[in-house]
Amino acid sequence: MAELSPMAPADLVVGPVDPGEENPHSPWISFLRVFAENRLALAGSIVIVLFFAFCFLGPVVYRTNQVATNIAQASRGPSPHHLLGTDAVGYDVLGRLMAGGQITLVVALLVALLAASFGLVWGAISGFSGGGVDSLMMRVVDAALAIPGLFLLIFLDAILRPSVVILVVVIASLAWLAPARLVRAEVLKLRTMGYVEAARGAGAGPVTILFRHLFPNVIGTMAVNATFQVADAVLTVAALSFLGLGIPPPAANWGSMLSNGVSYVFAGYWWQIWPAGVCVVAIVVAFNFVGDGLRDAVDVRLRRR
Amino acid sequence: MTAYIVRRCGHALVVLFGVSIIVFILLHMLPGGPARASLGLRANPASIRAFDLRYGLNEPLPIQYLIWIGQLLHGNLGFSYKLNQSVDALLAENLPRTLVLVGSATVIAVVAAVPLGMYQAVRRNSPEDYVLTGLSFLFYSMPSFFLGIVLIILLSDVLPLFPATGPTATQPLLSQLSNLVLPVLTLTLITLALFSRYMRSSVLDNLTQDYVRTATAKGLSRVRILFRHVLPNAVLPIITLIGLSLPGILGGALIVESLFNYPGMGLLFWTAAQSEDFPVMLGTSVVIGTGVVIGSLLADILYAVADPRIRY
Repeated sequence: MAELSPMAPADLVVGPVDPGEENPHSPWISFLRVFAENRLALAGSIVIVLFFAFCFLGPVVYRTNQVATNIAQASRGPSPHHLLGTDAVGYDVLGRLMAGGQITLVVALLVALLAASFGLVWGAISGFSGGGVDSLMMRVVDAALAIPGLFLLIFLDAILRPSVVILVVVIASLAWLAPARLVRAEVLKLRTMGYVEAARGAGAGPVTILFRHLFPNVIGTMAVNATFQVADAVLTVAALSFLGLGIPPPAANWGSMLSNGVSYVFAGYWWQIWPAGVCVVAIVVAFNFVGDGLRDAVDVRLRRR
Repeated sequence: MTAYIVRRCGHALVVLFGVSIIVFILLHMLPGGPARASLGLRANPASIRAFDLRYGLNEPLPIQYLIWIGQLLHGNLGFSYKLNQSVDALLAENLPRTLVLVGSATVIAVVAAVPLGMYQAVRRNSPEDYVLTGLSFLFYSMPSFFLGIVLIILLSDVLPLFPATGPTATQPLLSQLSNLVLPVLTLTLITLALFSRYMRSSVLDNLTQDYVRTATAKGLSRVRILFRHVLPNAVLPIITLIGLSLPGILGGALIVESLFNYPGMGLLFWTAAQSEDFPVMLGTSVVIGTGVVIGSLLADILYAVADPRIRY
C-alpha cells in the first residue's frame, strides 16, 4: 500500500502518531525536505514571496497616483520624486510596477487555478470513462491544440471586449488543454491499480472512486502543472499586451508596461523597459524553478533517498 | 507499421474535422453573424440578404456547415472585402515567407540544440552547464517580443551588424538575407531554449541505461559510446518534440512577425484582427490548424519509421 499511495505511507497507517511530536516520516515533512534540498526552488519561492510583498504591501509605503495621467511629467528620468522615473503618460514607474504586478499575479494565478481545475475534471472523466467518451473528449482537446493558442486568443479578444475577467477566462479557456491530457494519462494508469479494484469491489460508485481515490493521487501532478501554468500565463498576458489586446488602461500589467516601454527603445528611456522586463523574467523563472522543485518533491521515488 | 500509419492518418482526419468545427463555431460567434463580419458593419439589409442567400446562411446549421466545408475543400477560403482580395491569394503570398521563417528557425534550433544538450549532459553540474542552463531558462522566460527587442538593441543599435526591420514584401525574400537574420535568430533562441533542455535530460536519461554500462564494460571509448550509442537514442524523441511544439513555434512566429514587420501569415492575421477582417482570420486559422495537424502526423510517422523499437 505504501508503495502505491503517497498519501498513506505505512508508518502513518500502522501506529497512531503523537500529534505533539514531529513525525520524521510524515509525507509533508519529506515533501518539504526534498523541495528545500533544491536550492533553485527555494530561491524561486523566496522571489515569489518578495514579489507579492512588493506588489501588495509596496503601495502602502510608496504612494503614487496610478489613475490620472500627468503629461507634464511624462518620461522623466529617475529622481527623488519618482524613484524609477515616469512613463510616457506621466505615471510613476515604480508605483506602476506595484499596481501592474498585482494584476499580473492575480490574472496568472486565476488562470492557473481555473485551467488546472477544469483540466483535472475533464481529464479525469475522460480517462476514467474510457471507450467512446474518452476518444471524443480527447479529440476535442487535440483539435483545440492544433490551432496555435495565440491565434485563437487574438480571435476571441477581437470578438469579446477585453477586461480582467474576460482575459482570465479567455486564457484559461485554452490553458486547460495540456493539464487535461496529463490528468487523463495519470488516471488511465491509476484506474487499473489494486486499490481502485478493491474500492470497486467494496461497492464504491464511480463518483466515489473518482473523488476519493483518483483525485488525491493526481493532485500532485496538477500542482506541478499549475505552477508552470502561472509562468505561462504571465508570458501570454505579456504577448497579448504587446499585440494591443491586453487589459485597457488605466489598469496596467508588467507585460503592457514592457510593451509600451519598448516603443521608446531608441529614446534612451531605459527605466521604461528594463524594470518591467526584469520583473516579468524574474517571476517566470521563479515559478519555473518552483515547478521543477515541486515535481521532484511530488515524485515519491525521490523521497526515499 | 502500416496499420499504425493508417490508424494515425485516421486520427489526423478526425482532428482536422474538429479544427473545422472550432473555426465554424468562431464564424458564428462573430459580432453580427458571418454576413456582417464579411461585409462590414455598415452593410445594408439587402446586401446581407443577398450574402446569406448566396452562401446558404438561411439553411439549418448542419447544412451551412456542409456548404462551408465544401467551399473549403474546393480551396475557397473566403474573400476579404477589406483588402478586396481572395483569402487564397493573400495566403499564397504570405504563407511561403512564414514557412521560411519557421522552417529555418526550427532547423537551426534543432541543429544547435543537439550538440548543446549533449555537451551539457556530459559536463553536468559544471560551470559551463550552469551558464547554459541559466541562459536557456532566460530565453525561455523572456516574452518573445522582449527578446527580439534586446537582440535589436545588441545587434542593430550597439553593434550595427544587422538591420532592425524584417524583409519587405516588395522584393524577393532571398535578396534580403540580412533583414532575415534578426527575426530568424529571435525565433531560433526561443525554440532552442526548449529543445536543448529536452536534449540535455534525454542524454542524461540514456547515460544511466544498462546498455551504456555494457558498452563501457566492453571497453568502448567514451566518444564512441556517446556518438554511436547514446546520440541516436537521445535524438529520436526530438522528432516528436518538434511535432508537439509546432503550435508554440507558430505562435512565436506571429509575435516575431509583428515585431519585425515581417510580411508573413502572423502579421497578416494580426493586421486582420486589428481591422476586424474576419474572413482573413478564419482562413488563416484553418490553414494553420491544418498545417499543425499534418506536421504532427509527419513527425509521428517519421518517428515510427526511424525508431525500429516502435511496434504498434
